[in-house]
Amino acid sequence: MKFDKPATTNPIDQLKVVGKSIDRIDGPLKTTGTAPYAYERTDVPGAPAYGYVVGSSIAKGRISFMNLTRARSAPGVLGIVTADSAGPLDKADRNTATLLGGPEIEHYHQAIALVIAETFEQARAAAQLVRVGYIKAIGSFDLEAGKNSATRPPTLSGEPSDTAVGDFAGAFASAQVTLDASYATPDHAHAMIEPHASIASWSDDKLTLWTSNQMIDWCASDLSKTLRIPKANVRIISPYIGGGFGGKLFLRTDALLAALGAKAVGRPVKVSLQRPLMFNNTVHRPATIQRIRIGAMRDGTITAIGHESWSGDLPSGGADGAVLQSRRLYAGANRMTATRLTVLDLPEANAMRAPGEATGLMALEIAMDEIAEKLGMDPVEFRIKNDTQVDPENPERRFTQRSLIQCLRTGAEKFEWTKRNAQPGKTRDGRWLIGHGVAAAFRPSPVINSAARVRLNRAGVVTVETDMTDIGTGSYTIIAQTAAETMGVPPAKVVVQLGDSTFPVSAGSGGQWGANSSTAGVYAACMKLRDLVTQKLGITGTDTVFADGNVRSGTRLVPLGQAAADQELIAEDTIEFGDLAKVNELSSFGAHFVEVGVDAATAEIRVRRMLAVCAAGRILNPKTARSQVIGGMTMGVGAALMEELVVDKRRGFFVNHDLAGYEVPVHADVPHQDVIFLDETDAYSSPMKAKGVGELGICGVAAAVANAIYNATGVRVREYPITLDKLLDGMPAMA
Amino acid sequence: MKPFVYERAKTPAEAATAAVRHPGAKFIAGGTNLLDLMKHEIEAPTHLIDVNGLSLDKIEATPEGGLRIGALVRNTDLAADERVRRDYGLLSRALLSGASAQLRNKATTAGNLLQRTRCPYFSDTNQPCNKRTPGSGCSAITGFSRNLAVVGGSNACIATNPSDMAVAMRALDATVETVRPNGATRRLPIADLHRLPGSTPHIETTLQPGELITAVTLPRPIGGTHIYHKVRDRASYAFALISVGVIVQPDGTGRVAVGGVAHKPWRVESADSAMPSGTKTVTARLFADARPTDANRFKLKLVERTLASVLMQAKEVTR
Repeated sequence: MKFDKPATTNPIDQLKVVGKSIDRIDGPLKTTGTAPYAYERTDVPGAPAYGYVVGSSIAKGRISFMNLTRARSAPGVLGIVTADSAGPLDKADRNTATLLGGPEIEHYHQAIALVIAETFEQARAAAQLVRVGYIKAIGSFDLEAGKNSATRPPTLSGEPSDTAVGDFAGAFASAQVTLDASYATPDHAHAMIEPHASIASWSDDKLTLWTSNQMIDWCASDLSKTLRIPKANVRIISPYIGGGFGGKLFLRTDALLAALGAKAVGRPVKVSLQRPLMFNNTVHRPATIQRIRIGAMRDGTITAIGHESWSGDLPSGGADGAVLQSRRLYAGANRMTATRLTVLDLPEANAMRAPGEATGLMALEIAMDEIAEKLGMDPVEFRIKNDTQVDPENPERRFTQRSLIQCLRTGAEKFEWTKRNAQPGKTRDGRWLIGHGVAAAFRPSPVINSAARVRLNRAGVVTVETDMTDIGTGSYTIIAQTAAETMGVPPAKVVVQLGDSTFPVSAGSGGQWGANSSTAGVYAACMKLRDLVTQKLGITGTDTVFADGNVRSGTRLVPLGQAAADQELIAEDTIEFGDLAKVNELSSFGAHFVEVGVDAATAEIRVRRMLAVCAAGRILNPKTARSQVIGGMTMGVGAALMEELVVDKRRGFFVNHDLAGYEVPVHADVPHQDVIFLDETDAYSSPMKAKGVGELGICGVAAAVANAIYNATGVRVREYPITLDKLLDGMPAMA
Repeated sequence: MKPFVYERAKTPAEAATAAVRHPGAKFIAGGTNLLDLMKHEIEAPTHLIDVNGLSLDKIEATPEGGLRIGALVRNTDLAADERVRRDYGLLSRALLSGASAQLRNKATTAGNLLQRTRCPYFSDTNQPCNKRTPGSGCSAITGFSRNLAVVGGSNACIATNPSDMAVAMRALDATVETVRPNGATRRLPIADLHRLPGSTPHIETTLQPGELITAVTLPRPIGGTHIYHKVRDRASYAFALISVGVIVQPDGTGRVAVGGVAHKPWRVESADSAMPSGTKTVTARLFADARPTDANRFKLKLVERTLASVLMQAKEVTR
């Protein structure tokens, strides 16, 4: 099904099932611990052996020797895979660093060996007997120091890395009110609960991999390329995923080493990346240094807006897209953005929830608060004044739908924003200084072609098969709702099967493209199935209705299953997106409101209230969508207050590489969270008229927290995370 | 994890004897710290002596009017004990601010006192650490030191003692009871249990080889207002940046012990005696010999402000 014109009325608009807060259909499996995650699969042919990953203990250099003698002779050891023994391997374009290092070492904890044994404990014990000699090389680990040697990357997420409109320098110089400030965001870890985990099993030259991966087809392509085998010989199975946040978009060490290990020992091998390796072995969100300049007229009209960003990555890596949102969030006749990338020999930088948007808005939305204060304007009104309905860099490109103003207005009303004291440091509740902050949320809602297969049996059960993944987001449920709505059956009559490379290729889960794209693909396949049903039943009327498990036309009423009475009906289709989302700007919007308390003595920060108002097209399931947004808000609190991979700039690694050292919010850090979805549909997005919410939820949150802390204390912190030590000097004197 | 011999001791003296018979032996009770360290070979004992069967799990009144807490009393049970909650509120509050409910269910009184530092370089076996590998150097002093010691450290080590409970025990003047391999028992003030790192940071206590803690006794209750304020980057389940435990009497005298700043729970008697003259003097005396790094200098100010806040709260309670 081609989608190249805005959607008109279609079966989804009935909203009998779609749009309802249906409980997750995979919920009982998750809550009873019976959903089979990759490491726990029991349907593997033969008992798997256990692999334990050995990581490099230096950041950069060469392995001078590896002594495996003691490890090999340790109890239970079946084999050891190293770069030497693995044979020639390729590297997929989506990987920057080599997944199995040696002799060259590109970063700390880069995998250099997999030790395979009968039990996990034996593999671990033997891995600790591997002796490695290194010749260290000098590396670059300091982003600040690397700023001067940073270069312009060729592109930035498919857009130019630098942009300029009008005369930014002139307009900024002559602006009545200006802000010129620098901000810093640290490296972030995905820190998902389920580690990267895989079981690999070979049958002759065919490989089956049970894994935890957001993008089945990328995984199959990249694993076959790395192993130099035909893609047809690789089967990927990943029906349940314990969190990804972008950390499982790509082929990672666990999958490759499980495959190599299983080959080496001639039986299935399971590998779960050890938690202490997860922070340096895998990818992470890169640190940024950002400079923002905004010039405005006294009435609050922005006349100049400039955003520059510096980030680092391994050679041939990419830059963080921090400036992308500043290109089109606010109006302003004179504008510029610039991105610079420096080589850092830290672990590979890559996508993490709202890559670019999250980091960019952490800075931009503080900057907006700062200049609003200089202007003496309310930060909500200042944002509303500078709203735009077109892409300011390319005014011919319109937003298909942009309800930022409604989000801000609705949120301000619900949050009782007008009760906020604009004077910082003046509101007390006992020993707590109280503050309120706001930020805009803005994130593109990409669409990606997505295919599905649907089957109808004589019992009227509709089975959906697509390689779409559910990373805890609710994909199973919204896909069931889509099929149920389109085929006119209750959700209980739909079976959803996901995460298998033998199924049609979907959009996968990432970039908040999954929900809208994958359900549109299922819709397309269901529409094809409806045609097969009517053909089979010999129904030709234009008044045909699929409802209540029946097909109705005129006075004729036939149970849906009857169409499959003698043979299962199978339909497959792909939603193929035209250029609607290129000609126009397809994005979702929101506004975040936060109240914090800051202990006047200790500067401990506690978030007290949070509200998100989201405009994201049709909300397919308010319950799962809300869950996505509050998860993003929680992650935003982490980014604001505590999350930081601490770089040891001498030794070149992230020091706090476990969940005790890398703190994420615990329940006690997360207050009451409200989420409001504006009631809207976007006909330009897909037949579903939905847009992405999963990453919108994190966008702007950290800045709203930062602005609330400023409002509470009068201390402006521009370096995340905002920990109490950065506030102490500005706190009120103690009696 | 390296292979090790596991045995269960039947009496405290037998446990102590076994420990001295096997160099490199370790006692194990709750295992909440030691097992993690063993899995990553941060510790690699060749011999484990399980002391869980020693019946040291009672809290009893002492003839002096205090409490004798068995070495194996779980943190959860100690925090919930009615007498502890009534007479030693500081201890109960310190315990409940530590770890998680699940860990407190397993962790024991003696084990809590003997837990190892959470310095990140100590737990990464690729990095030099004088505490883990004597003589290898300290990665932390010029590295990531934000949460490390500001006082009492040395050029060899700036690790902190991570225990909350020990801070309360120190303020309460607890006494540690032990048994030695020869069967002799001794009592030592908790102030003398933990050592400063000096040039031997791997030796963390004054316990002799094989010496086993059997109980911790608390003297008669001294009344007063008990407050434990633990300051950290998130609201729960994190080690202290600093913690302040105070016992304040109605006349303004009292005691203060500080956690998260040194290799041991930090209490300076001359600082206690300055309590009526205000937090500035108290803090100055607590940190007279402080040698913070640039990254953890904030702890000095944080302790002073936290103490001031805690003393204000104490006043409100008394009023």
